[in-house]
Amino acid sequence: MSNTMYCEELSAKSYEELAANFDWSIAERELGYIPGDLINIGWMCSDRICHLGRADKVALYWEDFQGNRQRFTFDELRVLSNTVAQFLCELGIAPGERVCLFMDRAPELYIGLLGILKTGAVAQPLFSAFGDESLLVRLKNADTSAIITQKKHVHKVRKIREQLPNLRHIIVVDAGDSALQQCEVAFRMEQLPRVEDFHVYPTTAESPSLLHYTSGTTGQPKGAQHVHYSIVSQYLTAKWVLDLQPDDIYWCNADPGWVTGTSYGIIGPWSNGTTQVVLDSGFNAESWYQFIEKRRVTVWYSAPTAIRLLMKEGTDVVRRHDISSLRHLASVGEPLNAEAVIWSEQAFGKPFHDTFWQTETGCIVITNFPGMPIKPGSMGKPFPGITATVLNTKTYEPITEPGLAGLIALRPGWPSQIRGYWNNPAGFKAKFKNGWYLCGDRASIDRDGYYWFMGRDDDVINTGGHLVGPFEIESALLEHPAVHESAAVAKPDPVNMEVVKVFVTLKRGYTPNDDLELEIMNHIRKRLSPLAMPQEIEFVDSLPKTRSGKIVRRILRCKEFNEPVGDLSTIMDD
Amino acid sequence: MDEISKVVRDYVVREYLEEGDEREITETTPLISGGIVDSFSMVSLKRFLEKKYQIQIPDVDATPDAFDTVERIVTLVHRFQKPATVGV
Repeated sequence: MSNTMYCEELSAKSYEELAANFDWSIAERELGYIPGDLINIGWMCSDRICHLGRADKVALYWEDFQGNRQRFTFDELRVLSNTVAQFLCELGIAPGERVCLFMDRAPELYIGLLGILKTGAVAQPLFSAFGDESLLVRLKNADTSAIITQKKHVHKVRKIREQLPNLRHIIVVDAGDSALQQCEVAFRMEQLPRVEDFHVYPTTAESPSLLHYTSGTTGQPKGAQHVHYSIVSQYLTAKWVLDLQPDDIYWCNADPGWVTGTSYGIIGPWSNGTTQVVLDSGFNAESWYQFIEKRRVTVWYSAPTAIRLLMKEGTDVVRRHDISSLRHLASVGEPLNAEAVIWSEQAFGKPFHDTFWQTETGCIVITNFPGMPIKPGSMGKPFPGITATVLNTKTYEPITEPGLAGLIALRPGWPSQIRGYWNNPAGFKAKFKNGWYLCGDRASIDRDGYYWFMGRDDDVINTGGHLVGPFEIESALLEHPAVHESAAVAKPDPVNMEVVKVFVTLKRGYTPNDDLELEIMNHIRKRLSPLAMPQEIEFVDSLPKTRSGKIVRRILRCKEFNEPVGDLSTIMDD
Repeated sequence: MDEISKVVRDYVVREYLEEGDEREITETTPLISGGIVDSFSMVSLKRFLEKKYQIQIPDVDATPDAFDTVERIVTLVHRFQKPATVGV
């Protein structure tokens, strides 16, 4: 691997030159991968780095809000991920089985993911704030065999355990044996004998690696199926877009329950042999800046919602800390507004570089490339090796006129593109038109080739950078005794870009009031997740429907965004 | 102890602590930075306070920092319960 080559490479070449001469084999060569060989992300991110002479380099500095700290070298990453893998094998976990990671940002989450991959099993990370209903839907769909969790979350698994006959093992990383119930097993990673040598399962490029769940307009969330070859994209985009260099200290704010937290919170940095830092805490501007100062963070990958929360806290708190170590800033989740880019230049002396991608792409696909002039508010340009365009919404042909809005589309075939949705081939097929993969977002391209985000092309709600499906919310709302019908739509929000708003009709005998509103909010928060919780509930007498009785969310959404509803004739006949 | 403090602590324990989580919530327990209440859930806590105390907390004042401990939340409630004082 040649991180040192990178500095000369990028400083000497412009984005245009790199794009013109690009081939993914650049990453394959640097990773030492020969097409057709075995490839395993768990091994690539730990053992390989040790073989390159960096066994003693720190891979992870971990800290929580109480100030507890841990440090792991790449050699410890190698040995401890072997320990996890050995433990899973002894439980009888077979290659291809799904093993869920359901915990806060503890070291076991990061190391556990590598361990699962070393066994050939599929890692299924889920956000630990998910409620029992969200957890059930995803574990049932994936037919998950084992779940690795923490004491504080195990009760949610116990609640749904009986509905998951194929869930054989509940592995609790911070419990003693005495507190456990049937099928539960304690796993104290650092107290077990360390496994120096583990026979990594011989996965190949197309072997399944991760299953990340993502929401759509219709139906329950879909399991996006990634493969081990994805590392080729994740390695190179982390190196080129996040500008990771040998001595960097890298901080990614994302939780590995979401794709950013695995692609760029585990695989990207560690395949580059980069030291990363993790702060297992909620948002607090003061402690975040303290963390950057103390850890001398050089590269920071954050999210627009977090940046806008920092903006709210002002620049005085920034000035109280020495954050001069910061060299490169990037952002992902939802479009980064121009004001946030300008503010970051004022507050940090450098702009956040917006990046665009999604669960299905596995890696950054459109980006403000380091060194490229930034147009505040723009998504940037396609990563070299990614063929992107915007398509006409009716003909699905590329739009050639600058500034006209269309559907963001990508030519399939980059290494980290998902290979399908779990048990849902029809859903995956529906994502392609005319040989293009449709991202589900609308944008325009200006004369200079920069992309400008305009919004979603469907009913999915992008809140704080996470996609929330209206169907899942509406289904959970129906469980509430007062709710007759409902429609969940996006509502514009200055911090989260969008938040969930629901329109509700009540059953006979119930009347709208503040208590009921709060009760419904908390019902969704606990059943699904805080992200899915409606930030506003509007009680209405009726909902707009098609002639066949289907609720038309579009009318409600357009009202929230103050947009024209457009021609509804075909919809109303549905 | 301030009555509001007790009400807020009881509400946090009932609504935001997960079942089996036996952490004690004190006046200074970090709620937002400690991951007990996230920035999304903060909205339901704000709504609870507004309803319970018949106040309006402007969004500009509803920051994660202002909601980070029971102590700060109590200060916030007191601030919006009182009529604004006019300087002379």
